[in-house]
Amino acid sequence: MTFFLIASALKVVVVFTAVMVGVALLTWFERRVCAWMQDRLGPNRVGPQGLLQPAADGLKNLLKEETLPPHADRWLFLLAPIMSFVPALLTIVVIPFGAPLPTPWGDVSLVVADLPVGFLYILAFGSLGVYGIVLAGWASNNKYALLGGLRASAQMISYEVALGMSAVAVLLVTGNVTLSDVVARQQAAAWNVFPLLLASFIFIVSAFAETNRLPFDLPEAEAELIAGYHTEYSAMKFSMFYIAEYSNMVTASALAATLFFGGWDIPFLTWDNAGPASVWKTLATVVAFTVKVFSFLFLFIWVRWTLPRFRYDQLMALGWKVLLPLALVYLTALASAIWFFRTQLGWVYDTRFALALFAVNLLFVVPLLLIVDRGRIIRGAVVPARGEGA
Amino acid sequence: MAITVKVMTRPTRETSYLRATLQGMSLTFRHLFRPKVTMQYPEEKSTRDWAISSRWRGTHRMLTDEQGRAKCVACGLCPQICPANCIKLVPGEDEHGDRYPLIYEIDEFRCVFCGYCQEVCPEEAIHVGVHYENSEYSRDRFVYDLERLCAQTHPVSTLWDPSDPKGE
Repeated sequence: MTFFLIASALKVVVVFTAVMVGVALLTWFERRVCAWMQDRLGPNRVGPQGLLQPAADGLKNLLKEETLPPHADRWLFLLAPIMSFVPALLTIVVIPFGAPLPTPWGDVSLVVADLPVGFLYILAFGSLGVYGIVLAGWASNNKYALLGGLRASAQMISYEVALGMSAVAVLLVTGNVTLSDVVARQQAAAWNVFPLLLASFIFIVSAFAETNRLPFDLPEAEAELIAGYHTEYSAMKFSMFYIAEYSNMVTASALAATLFFGGWDIPFLTWDNAGPASVWKTLATVVAFTVKVFSFLFLFIWVRWTLPRFRYDQLMALGWKVLLPLALVYLTALASAIWFFRTQLGWVYDTRFALALFAVNLLFVVPLLLIVDRGRIIRGAVVPARGEGA
Repeated sequence: MAITVKVMTRPTRETSYLRATLQGMSLTFRHLFRPKVTMQYPEEKSTRDWAISSRWRGTHRMLTDEQGRAKCVACGLCPQICPANCIKLVPGEDEHGDRYPLIYEIDEFRCVFCGYCQEVCPEEAIHVGVHYENSEYSRDRFVYDLERLCAQTHPVSTLWDPSDPKGE
């Protein structure tokens, strides 16, 4: 029991530190990548290659004036940054990030809390994040902030549904909501991205919307809403929203890696899945997980600096009229396919099963790509031509 | 009557969001590895693509003769022509009867850097310089006296030559 407490406390400290440092470096990385994509250099002055830039930014933000708008709701205004910051960090605790670490007192599983309800926990805390943004928008007593908050609530609630639906597909395959089991199942058969190709696509698109990243960054839409929900915030409170946004990105990336890309599994190798725990194995798997998370973070940044923002109605149309029905139909088809393979053909879940599901996915993905390519899903507001009525 | 907008029917390859997205992503990815255009200013002041023009008109410089005295003969043409009235000149005369400036001050804040003083100077004494780093800690430091004008070492402007308008 003592060992469990000490190990847990250590894991909390390590994970929290890693996430905070990762978030700090991510702000630097985003600015560098954005600069490179625009043929600039980006921040490269503070420390080697500008790596200490986040520290300089943090110091600056700590020393800046904390403003409080005169008609703001004081307590909610102060509470909002915390409300958006805490859930963002809490979500990461259920994600397994490496093979068990052997110690003289027994193996330590590398997940802060291996909750049996891991996935439901993520859904619960993921949706709590919207409170921070809505409260910030409401408490600021500013029309732009309020509009940003309203957009955030509509957007996050809409895409939460698609996100949850796409993740249900993972549960269908795994038969369990514990994230370590999800990883173990992927190690045994195949990464979920193959049997659940479409689900992973829906998941990633929804994750972009959930983290308020471009092309879905309507809550802060600089061009329309000044800075959206954090218009009235300054100094460290403003910084907290940024930390929250970036921690959400880290969580979403870690979740995508865990649910669809094998978690800490090293591809093409089997020695990391079986056998006794060893320190090297732990290190290698942690590195593999980090690489996966990093690739997703790069994808987030890459997309942000490529795609323009969606219009609000396009965003809502994509969420409710495309992703949600698609996810529902897909889930039905997937459930039928799994039922057919499992009970009619008597297969157990293994690589063959996964490949068969992959084929089922292709039946969906290919027509979907054709439809998307023909511009049926995302289009401008079409004004009917003269004489076409209305 | 409602306002209507003419909607063009365009071929799929121009309207497809998917293809446009993929094209855009590949474009931004290729730009990651392009050479960067940033000039890292305090270390780098000119690059292969860009250098300050030799016709740049910056803060002034007074040229000196072999004895280190200002070439100025206090003829009074530069304060006369100066459109900003920023040159203060008090002429004096030495024992040989040669005129020299007793006081020669240029207020660089009033100066509009037109370069007329250089053009009008018969002795080629006062020049505008190819120089742009002029920060000081107080306003009065921007009134350059004769000593300071003589002590400047930056290159002088070649100004615009009407017979060679493109600087060739």
